[in-house]
Amino acid sequence: MNATFHPSDEFLMAYGAGSLDESSALLLATHLALCPRCRAEVGRIEALGGAIIEDLEPSDMGADALVSVLAKLDEPPPRPQPRCPAGGPSGLPSPLRDYLPADIDALPWKRLAAGIEQAILLQGRGIRARLLRIGAGITVPEHGHGGMEMTMVLRGGFSDLGRGYARGDVAMADPQVVHSPAADGGETCLCLAVTDAPLKLTGLVGMLVNPFLDL
Amino acid sequence: MGSPLAFSFAAIDDAHVPDMMRRRLEEGRGGVPDETLDIEPELGRRRMSDLLSAVAQDGDRQAFAVLFQYYAPRLKTYMRKLGTEAAVAEELAQDAMLAVWRKAASFDPSRASAGTWIFTIARNLRIDMLRKERRPEINIDDPELVPDPAPRADEVMVTEQSERRVHAVMAGLPAEQTEVVKLSFYEDTPHAEIAARLKIPLGTVKSRLRLAMKRFRSELGDDLP
Ligand SMILES: [Zn+2]
Repeated sequence: MNATFHPSDEFLMAYGAGSLDESSALLLATHLALCPRCRAEVGRIEALGGAIIEDLEPSDMGADALVSVLAKLDEPPPRPQPRCPAGGPSGLPSPLRDYLPADIDALPWKRLAAGIEQAILLQGRGIRARLLRIGAGITVPEHGHGGMEMTMVLRGGFSDLGRGYARGDVAMADPQVVHSPAADGGETCLCLAVTDAPLKLTGLVGMLVNPFLDL
Repeated sequence: MGSPLAFSFAAIDDAHVPDMMRRRLEEGRGGVPDETLDIEPELGRRRMSDLLSAVAQDGDRQAFAVLFQYYAPRLKTYMRKLGTEAAVAEELAQDAMLAVWRKAASFDPSRASAGTWIFTIARNLRIDMLRKERRPEINIDDPELVPDPAPRADEVMVTEQSERRVHAVMAGLPAEQTEVVKLSFYEDTPHAEIAARLKIPLGTVKSRLRLAMKRFRSELGDDLP
């Protein structure tokens, strides 16, 4: 089934332009694997990038630029950086799989509250990507956000503010949003979540270290 | 194949030089564009993709040299606009073109034009070299990939026509939208820096971007991959 809820236009633009941090780009790329609509969108943005490059004024290159590059054409290319071992777990799209061990149970999961656990995958530029596991039927208590939060469903589903999110769907929460997402019954909901402002004790993660919760 | 150092740009077969590029070279020497200006860039773009295919299929060094002469100086400008100092921008532009040579086999003219593909190579190289980050991307062989709903009309011609329309739609955007679109490609941090630079609210940046993307969506549809 195709995704119903997509990353906002400015995130798609930033991904195509290359200005997104790695954590957000990981979520975007994972969504793209599951969403032909957004793949087409990013394709148009990249075509825009090509047109912009072609319209740029050329800079002067060094006098021997072409000669020195031609001299390198026969050099063996550098070995590609090793990717994650054994291709990662099945059932998850490729860009994300590259960041995971073959068995996601091997990740350093931390229990955050009853039925809710997280594993940090990546952080940088003040932004973090994590996997979240929310037990079937678990409701996350109402909370606000100190920053942006993007949550993408990988398995199972959840509902929030009257919307149902299934595999591939991305929920975008602004700093103003106050909500109480609930995992669907039946199976554990696995999500990839990206948050900024990780030091503020607000947002989904901040809420999860809230003293009112069972820690 | 002789030593690459023995290569001389003058040795390039004249037929290899795309019209667009020849025109640019002439402009650089103070040449005056002639009245066929309107159609020449299309011919040039078409031939850029042909040249890149020749690099991919035959390891054609002369074709590569033409691509280099056209794209490397523009990639250097692109890197400069992203705030990179001149010497590093020069190195990145050269490395990007070397990556173009090495990755040419993955260029598919039915999916993207030469310019678009070279842009993605340069973008990713910069993320790798300057930001020291990985660039997560889809893998088209991924069994988990949700396929496109209908088989795309994957004719090279469609890509070329769409490519021409990209330039046309860009040219037709209101100036304030063109500005935020272009700045999106020249900032390392999305949106907020653009808002600060233009001294306009973040919401205005987002709404201008959305309007521009809506226009692209309606004008270009799904012809482009
Ligand atoms: Zn989407």
